[in-house]
Amino acid sequence: MATNENQNQPSQTRIKDMNHSPKKAMLLSIIPGMGQIYNKRKIKGIAIFILFAAFAFVMFEFAAAGLQGLITLGNEARVDDSRVFLIEGILALLFTIFYAAFYWFNIQDAKVEAQKIRNGWKPGSVMENFHNSWDTAFPYVMIGPGFALLIFVVILPLLFMGFLAFTNYNLYNAPPRNLLQWVGFENFIRLVTLSEWRDTFVSVLSWTLTWTFVATTLSISLAMFLAILTNDKRLKGKKLIRTVLILPWAVPGFVTIIIFSALFNDNFGAINNDILQPLFNTTIPWMTNVMWSRIAIIMIQVWLGFPFVYALFSGVLQGISSDWYEAADMDGASRWQKFTNITFPHLMFATGPLLITQYTFNFNNFNIIYLFNEGGPAVRGQNAGGTDILISWVYNLTFTNSQFSMAAAISLILGIIVATFAFFQFRRSSSFKEEGNN
Amino acid sequence: MKKNSTKKSGSKLSRKQKSSLEVALIYLILGLVFVVIFYPLLWAFAISMNTSTNLYSASLSPENWSLDNFVWLFTSPRSDYLLWYRNTLFVSTVVTVVTTTVVSFTAYAFSRYRFKGRTNGLYAFLLLQMFPVLMAMVALYILLNTVGLLDNLWGLILIYIGGGIPMNAFLVKGYLDTLPRSLDESAKMDGAGHFRIFFQILLPLAKPILSVVALFNFMGPFMDFILPRIVLRSPENFTLALGLYNFVNAQFSNNFSRFAAGAVLIAVPIATVYLMLQKYLISGLASGATKG
Repeated sequence: MATNENQNQPSQTRIKDMNHSPKKAMLLSIIPGMGQIYNKRKIKGIAIFILFAAFAFVMFEFAAAGLQGLITLGNEARVDDSRVFLIEGILALLFTIFYAAFYWFNIQDAKVEAQKIRNGWKPGSVMENFHNSWDTAFPYVMIGPGFALLIFVVILPLLFMGFLAFTNYNLYNAPPRNLLQWVGFENFIRLVTLSEWRDTFVSVLSWTLTWTFVATTLSISLAMFLAILTNDKRLKGKKLIRTVLILPWAVPGFVTIIIFSALFNDNFGAINNDILQPLFNTTIPWMTNVMWSRIAIIMIQVWLGFPFVYALFSGVLQGISSDWYEAADMDGASRWQKFTNITFPHLMFATGPLLITQYTFNFNNFNIIYLFNEGGPAVRGQNAGGTDILISWVYNLTFTNSQFSMAAAISLILGIIVATFAFFQFRRSSSFKEEGNN
Repeated sequence: MKKNSTKKSGSKLSRKQKSSLEVALIYLILGLVFVVIFYPLLWAFAISMNTSTNLYSASLSPENWSLDNFVWLFTSPRSDYLLWYRNTLFVSTVVTVVTTTVVSFTAYAFSRYRFKGRTNGLYAFLLLQMFPVLMAMVALYILLNTVGLLDNLWGLILIYIGGGIPMNAFLVKGYLDTLPRSLDESAKMDGAGHFRIFFQILLPLAKPILSVVALFNFMGPFMDFILPRIVLRSPENFTLALGLYNFVNAQFSNNFSRFAAGAVLIAVPIATVYLMLQKYLISGLASGATKG
């Protein structure tokens, strides 16, 4: 504490140590810890040295073997399991990256401290330093467990998937019986050149985009319409009305989708038997005709999806000051003008980024596709069903066809599309801007 | 809205009539929407009370209602419902405890400390939040298979915890950001250490958001179907959602009323909680995520 206060007092002349060179500290830090010792922080330097040496000593073999395995993916079929090689290789890669990062920090630390010494700073006593380093380390200790979990449960699988997309893992070439090979971009090339893959890919992709756009936009429009209706001052029992309108959001999705899939059943579903047959004397093949399946799924998703957006919208509407509308009335604005100039901009401004998440959610909405009729009905000349979106196609490729590499390649494409969405959301969301200023 | 000065033709009465006509129209539309909302839910409820297990012969009239299906779920030796319930409770409890703890640590660090790599860490969390764990399902399947955690509840628990961290950490961080910093600064002046400030000052204040996070994570496994579907294989390891789906999937028309009964038992408490806490949940979700 005392040294810190001295530093802040301009009256006291600082003893600048111009001979202390940051460059020298950096160079010495090539052996970790030496730079810190040069900065007269012996205990810190020794601790750093021991840590780096210990990790290098213990992990070198693992890292080297792992990285080598990542290149070869195993030498002997039935003995070497390429999947294990891949996993260990990724772990080794992550370890190496972290080691390199810490190495870099160590050099930077020596440099910064040397510069401070040059400007007259004096390292304090051992206890003080210990205290200070605890202060610095504390936030890292706190994020440590969460970060470790993220690495093993989220980042490792994502990297694994990324690597898998460039191998030839499928039903006929599966470890541990066979070894995997790196095949470069072959999976992606096959996806766009081989007609059986290309046709499926193009039709699934175009349906995925249509589905995302239509289902989400319809939900949002319905939500907006109902939010404006229920915001009317003349309405009574608003609380009850709002609660009922939010109800579909509160019931677990998988339950309602299964209920709907029974209701829409071609042969004994209530929609055909109890509504269409008696009233219009006709039935619709909801499950077996591609177009009708798609329509049914979109309708169900609107039912499931509008309440959340509705709740958001009605929150915003309640917050719009009535001054706006009174001023518009003075000017003799029509309802439509009031909607386009006041209501709509307010809604979009307040909920814009959230609406984008609605689109990304539906883009990957596996639940509804799978639970309605498992992506069916089957389509001639395709290995995906008529309502399969990319993610449910990936599911089928993985669990039904064992086309693991192809599934990974498609997942990677999916990831890129989602990342693009994410990019636009980042740019618009206010939290991003806030954090950017820190 | 009431004083429309540009229109001179309409007398007072007719304007009033017009207004009540409009209100009637709004009620009519809302009535239609109510029918569409309630129809499937009530239908499922009626089926669950139906004695015949077959959809063909299901009659929906309340005269024949009985609780047979519910009784079957709990008492029949052939029913795994209680086992699934226990599995789900186990998964939910572990996930809730671990997630809430880990997330409150992480959020505290991100909210209260300015450290090297903080901004990048936040970006990484934001980005990872966009990618559902599901997207890596090929990799998860192979990874769990390789390390022997496939068809194991612990494998499922791990994925739930890891996948939920970014979103939950953001929720809690956002809440902590709203608590005045003067509180912990004055405590620091009094000589309180990092942990003491966290446990004795911030944690009690963060109780509301931590309860929401805990509740969310607790209900998650009751509602999720996909991850159990990918990870679990044998019926004795199933969670409720997966088990109920198998009722329907195995022999569709035969077990639908049992599915409906089991579903009602999950849906009613969950829907009640959601409706009671809707304000909290929606504003919480509004800070960066959607229900999945």
